Amino acid sequence: MIRSLILQIATRLLVPILLLFSIFMLLRGHNLPGGGFVGGLVAASAFVLYSLAVGVDGARRVLRLAPRTLLGTGLACSVGAGILSLATGASFLQSLWVKVPLPGLSDPLKLGSTLIFDIGVMFVVVGTVLLMVFSVEDRVPGLIDD
Amino acid sequence: MSDLLVLPVVIPLATMVATLLAWRAIRLQRILHLIGAAGLAVASIVVAVSVWNGGIMHLQVGSWSSPFGITLVADVLSAAMLVVVGLTGAAVGVYAVGSIDGERERFGFYPLYHALLMGVSGAFLAGDLFNLYVWFEVMLISSFVLLVLGNETEQVRGASTYVIINLVSSLCFLAAIGLLYGLTGSLNLADLASRLPGVGEPALVTTIAMLFLIAFGIKAAVFPLFFWLPASYHTPPVAVSAIFAGLLTKVGVYALIRVFTLLFTQDIGYTHTMLLGIAMLTMITGVLGAAAQFEFRKVLSFHIVSQIGYMVLGLALFTPLALLGAVFYIIHHIIVKTNLFLVSGLAHRFGDTFELKSLGGLYRSKPWLAILFAIPALSLAGLPPLSGFWAKFVIIRAGLETEAYVAVAVALVVGLLTLYSMTKIWNEAFWKPLVSADRTSEADSERAVNEGLLPAPSLAWTVTPVVVLALITLGIGLYAEPLAIVADRAADELLLPEAYVEAVLGSGVAENQSLP
Amino acid sequence: MDIAAPLLIGLLTASGVYLLLRRSLLRMLFGLILLSNAVNLLILTAGGLTSGQPPLISGTETVMDASAANPLPQALILTAIVIGFGLIAFALVLVYRTYKTMGTLDADAVAAGTPRDDS
Repeated sequence: MIRSLILQIATRLLVPILLLFSIFMLLRGHNLPGGGFVGGLVAASAFVLYSLAVGVDGARRVLRLAPRTLLGTGLACSVGAGILSLATGASFLQSLWVKVPLPGLSDPLKLGSTLIFDIGVMFVVVGTVLLMVFSVEDRVPGLIDD
Repeated sequence: MSDLLVLPVVIPLATMVATLLAWRAIRLQRILHLIGAAGLAVASIVVAVSVWNGGIMHLQVGSWSSPFGITLVADVLSAAMLVVVGLTGAAVGVYAVGSIDGERERFGFYPLYHALLMGVSGAFLAGDLFNLYVWFEVMLISSFVLLVLGNETEQVRGASTYVIINLVSSLCFLAAIGLLYGLTGSLNLADLASRLPGVGEPALVTTIAMLFLIAFGIKAAVFPLFFWLPASYHTPPVAVSAIFAGLLTKVGVYALIRVFTLLFTQDIGYTHTMLLGIAMLTMITGVLGAAAQFEFRKVLSFHIVSQIGYMVLGLALFTPLALLGAVFYIIHHIIVKTNLFLVSGLAHRFGDTFELKSLGGLYRSKPWLAILFAIPALSLAGLPPLSGFWAKFVIIRAGLETEAYVAVAVALVVGLLTLYSMTKIWNEAFWKPLVSADRTSEADSERAVNEGLLPAPSLAWTVTPVVVLALITLGIGLYAEPLAIVADRAADELLLPEAYVEAVLGSGVAENQSLP
Repeated sequence: MDIAAPLLIGLLTASGVYLLLRRSLLRMLFGLILLSNAVNLLILTAGGLTSGQPPLISGTETVMDASAANPLPQALILTAIVIGFGLIAFALVLVYRTYKTMGTLDADAVAAGTPRDDS
C-alpha cells in the first residue's frame, strides 16, 4: 500500500475506466485482437491498482467475491461451454452459434458458445492474478491463500 | 464413441471446479474429491476397454480436423497408462483423505490434486506436440503448488531447485517444438511421423531429437538431469510425494517412448545408443545415491531414478520384446513406487519420523505393516513371484537377445543393489528394536488430535489403498499373462507407426483441404 | 532483417543462460524470463518471418487470403506467453517466500538450509 493522495484520487478515476475497458476488450475479441485473457488482465490490473492505493483489505471488499470463487466460476463457465456442445450432440468444445434478431438492426446478433468460454477465461485470469497478488501482499501462511 | 476420450480430462477438470467452488466446505470437498477420483478410474477403464476392442481411437476437439486441430489419441499404451493413472489416482486420493491436514485442505489441496491428474491424463492423450507441452505445463504448475502447499521451510527449499530446473526443461521442449515446426510445418504427431522421413536434413533432425531428449530427460529424471528429484520429493506430505513418485517422471518416460518410436527413428544408431548409455548411468547413479541415504523417502526417491533407467533401457534396445518390457515396467513401477511411498507414510505415522536411524521395532509392533512393505519392496528389487521380477526378466532377456551384455550386467547388479537398499529399510525400520521408547505413536497422534491439527482420520483410509495396491502387485506377479499381452500389443503398435498415422490422419485429411 | 532475428535470439539466450548461472535466485528467474522470450522469438522466426496481412478470413470468403501471415506460430506463442505468465508469476511468489523464510536468495545458502529464526 502506497500512501499518496495523487495515487488515490487517480485510482478512483482509473478503476472504472479500466473495468469498462476490460469488458470492451473481452467483446472485441469476438472478431478482432482482444479477448478474455487480455480483458482479464486489464480487469485484474484495476484491482491491483486499487489494492496499491487503498490496501489489500479494501480491494477485497470492492471485489466482494473471493478470488478463488472467481477462479472456480470462470473454470465452470469454460468447462460448461465445452459440455454444452457435447450435450447438443456436437464435438467437445465445438462452437455453437445462435442468431438473435434484434429490433432496429438489419443484421441479427450472432452469439456463440465461445463467448461463454471467453468470459470464463476472463474470470480465471482475474482470479489467478488476484490470488497471487493478494497472497504476496497478505503475508499469511500458505503460499496461495486468500 | 470417440467423445469418450475427453472424459479422462473433463472429469478431473469438473472435480477441480466443484472442489474449488466448495472451498469453504471441507467435508463436501472430500466427498466431491472421492467421487471425482473414482469417476476418473472408471472412465479410464471404459476408454481402455473400447481401445482394446476397437483399436486406436482419436478425437478432434471442437471438430477441427487433423492435422490442424487439437487431436486426442489413445492407443493401447496411452490407454494402459490412463488406467494406471486412474487406479493410483483413486488409491492416493483415498489415502489423502485420511492423511492430509486440515490446513492444506483449506488451502486447496483437492482442486490441485485433480489439476495434476488432469495434466497427467491429458499428456497421455495428447496427439500433437504443442498439446503435449500444454498438458505438461498444467501438470507442472499444479505440482509446483502441491509441492510448496503448507509453506514449510523444507518444502520451500526443495521447491526452488524443482521449479527452476523444470522451467528450463519446458523451455527446451518449447524451443524443440519451434524448430521442428520450422522444419516440417506441422506439430501433429501423426502428421510429423509421415513428414519427417522426407525432410532430408538428418543432422538438424537429430539435433532436434537431442533437444527433446534433454527436455523429456529432465522430466523423466535420467542421468545427469535428475538432481531436482531427490532434492524435492521428500519434502511434501506423503500423499503428494506418492502421486509425484508414481506419475510425474513416468509422463517424461512416456513422452520419450512416444517421440523416439514415432518420430525420431531415422538415426537409431546414434540416438538409441545414446539412450542406452543414459539408461545404464541412470540405473547406477540412482541406486548408488540410494545406498548413501538414511531417510525413508530419500532412499525411495533415488530408487525412482534408478528404476527409470530400466524403462529407458527397454526403449534403447528397441526390439519388440524390449518395448514390451519397458511398458510392463512402467505399469508395474507406478503401482509399486506409489505404494512404497504410502507405506513410508504409515511408518511415519507410527514412528513419527522418516529417519531410518530413529525408526525401529515396526515388525514387532505392526507385523501387518511389515508385510505391506515387503511386497512392494521385494517387487521393486525384482524377486519372483512379484511383478518386478517379470518386468526385469523381460528387459534382461531382451538385452541378451540383442547382445547388450554390459547393459544386462548393469541391470542385474543394480537389481541386487536395490535389494540391498530395501533390506536396509527393512533392517532399520522394521527389524531392529526401537531405540528411543519415549515417543510412542499413540501419545503423538493423541497430541495432534488434541491440538486440532488432525481431524482424527481413521486408519482405514490410509491402509486400504496400500492393501489394494499390494494386491495388484501380487496379482500381476502371480498371473502376469494379461498384462504381458497388453504390453505386447502396446509394443507392437509402437513399432508400427504407420497404423498410428493412418488411424489419426486416414479419415480426417481428405475432407478438409480448405486451409492453405 | 533475416539475420537480425537470429542475432536477437542468440543475444537473449546468452543473457538468459548467463543469468541462470548466477547464484541469486532472483537473477535465475530473470534469466528464465529472457530465455522464454528468446524461445518465443525462435518459434516466430522458425515459422517464417513475413510481413503478411492479419490472418483473418473476411465474411464472404471461406479460404484465407494467400497474403496472410501464418497464424499458427502466433497462436503457439500466445499460448506459450499465457503459460509463461502463470509460471513466472508463481516462481516470483516462490522466490519471495523463499526470501521470507530463508532470509537470503543465495542459491547455495538456500540449498544448505540455514533458515532465519524470526520468520
